[in-house]
Amino acid sequence: MIRCSVVEFNSVAIVVHLRRGSRWRDFPLAMMMLAPSAVILGLFVLYPLGRAVWLGQQRCDNFGDNCVSQGFGQYVDIFRSTEFQNALVVTVKFALLSVPAGLVLGVGLAVLADKYLRGIGVFRAVFSSTVATSVAVASLMWLFLLQPSVGALANVDWFNSLFPSVKDPGWLQDPGTALTAVAVSSVWAGLGFTFILVTAGLQGVPRELYEAAAVDGAGGIRRFWSITVPMLGPTLLFVLIVLTTRAFQTYGEVDLLTDGGPQPEDSTTTITYFVYGQNSPIRNDAGLQAGAAVLLFLVLLVLSAIQLRGIGRRVHYAN
Amino acid sequence: MPTDTAAPVAPVLLDAASSREFDAPRGWRRAGRYGLLVVVAVVVLFPIYTMVVAAFKPSDQFFENPLVPDAFTLDVIREAWTAGRLGRYLFNSLVVALVVTMCQVVSAVLAAYAFALLKFPLKNVFFVLFIATLLVPLEATLVINFDTVDALGWANTYQGLALPFLATAFGVFLMRQVFMSLPPDLRDAARIDGVGHLGFLRHVGLPLVRPTLGALALFAFLGSWNQYLWPNLIVNETDMNTVQSGLRVLSRSNLDQPNLVMAGTFVAAIPVAIVLLLFQRQLVRGLTAGAVKG
Repeated sequence: MIRCSVVEFNSVAIVVHLRRGSRWRDFPLAMMMLAPSAVILGLFVLYPLGRAVWLGQQRCDNFGDNCVSQGFGQYVDIFRSTEFQNALVVTVKFALLSVPAGLVLGVGLAVLADKYLRGIGVFRAVFSSTVATSVAVASLMWLFLLQPSVGALANVDWFNSLFPSVKDPGWLQDPGTALTAVAVSSVWAGLGFTFILVTAGLQGVPRELYEAAAVDGAGGIRRFWSITVPMLGPTLLFVLIVLTTRAFQTYGEVDLLTDGGPQPEDSTTTITYFVYGQNSPIRNDAGLQAGAAVLLFLVLLVLSAIQLRGIGRRVHYAN
Repeated sequence: MPTDTAAPVAPVLLDAASSREFDAPRGWRRAGRYGLLVVVAVVVLFPIYTMVVAAFKPSDQFFENPLVPDAFTLDVIREAWTAGRLGRYLFNSLVVALVVTMCQVVSAVLAAYAFALLKFPLKNVFFVLFIATLLVPLEATLVINFDTVDALGWANTYQGLALPFLATAFGVFLMRQVFMSLPPDLRDAARIDGVGHLGFLRHVGLPLVRPTLGALALFAFLGSWNQYLWPNLIVNETDMNTVQSGLRVLSRSNLDQPNLVMAGTFVAAIPVAIVLLLFQRQLVRGLTAGAVKG
């Protein structure tokens, strides 16, 4: 008895002693463990951001040398320039076209497949399949579908007579439809992601809620708005933020489908394409590129803050 | 012994959901639901279907009835493989993705362990700095990263392709969450037995967090494999293209031969499809980790 309690006492004492330790004792080990991540994140996220902020107020020659400071007013100049304003408007339009559609369709698919039916696994696999396509793969599929002369739809007779504009001038070539066409490709590519997340969210909704509501006489639509949507709150908020952020970073789709055109309206030149695209007017000016990139960062920051504060507050977190 | 303390994730895509009466529509409702499911599935699969049809049709027949698979050949696939240098590009993508995956997992585990289980001064400062990197979009930093990698002389190299992605804050946070949910008694017990932090991490910590580790590895791999903007910036020698930037080259140099481009796209899409079929559980776990805990 006595021996036993002594041992217990000792081990408690050891634990207490070890837990106190010296504040600095683990410091070297901690630094070593943080080092790999810290070096990479510092060198390729924090440093470039700081450097971009600095470079954004300079003008450089075509080789990125001989940079001259213009003062931080250059950010205001970039922001107010016709080209940036156009890119901003295009990006916002693109987000408005693609984010709500992507969210609604993804939730629709998930609700549709959230029943016990024979073979439902096959449908779920199909609905999540677009998650396996990279930007390049998805965009090239849609490029093939939509090209005016050599594309698939343009060579299907009945489709052609229904929608002559797919051949002339072509949906990606018409300034009025190009952005929508790019958005369709982007929504399609994002469907799998939204579907998987919402499906996982739906499986966390207790079935008893639906049964109780059904007993109380609530129909399918009422059950959807009063149970499904509130219970999915955190998931939907997360999807909304991810889709919006992605929409504002859209580059690959534009690069492959339209090259920022049709010209001269630059109908699909998003902010990211404005910074990096091969047809961009600032392509050879490191200062302006950095400035526009920093502005993109700021826009995204404001957007996330608005979504988290505005909608986040109203989201119900279970447990 | 619990294998992981993160919320268990049901195999969402293929599971047999509860077979309760309420979840299983009958009669006309069931037929209607099937009808709707089939229609929607056809719409979702349509772009993939047209790609496959084009990839396997002879070039001279492909403009007639592009939606009907009325002829079959492997010639176009073969031509795309050689003309598009797909073997080389797939290999490049694989090398870069494997290096990125390995380094991201190791760096994330180490940093996450330090944040979760070590006590040291300035921890909060470091933590805030790590959080801050989550807010910075890739597109805002690549302009400068290009200069950095170029100055190292690593344009057109594997190192250059991989370097900026060897660590992510996302990975650190994901792993930190699971390390923090390990019972503290476990560490205390190990300490009494004289096991140091690294020994504890290796023999106790890692086996317990393996499922989340798998999710992180899958995400790191996919993230690297699907990278589009960076390889386009840093590669201008054809040998060093990844599959993604290689597809761009293939598409631009064969604008009049979309079936060749589709054959290349089809081949390029297969590896990821296989990886996701094998690791769908990890995919769902990784995706939901952000939604539930983020």
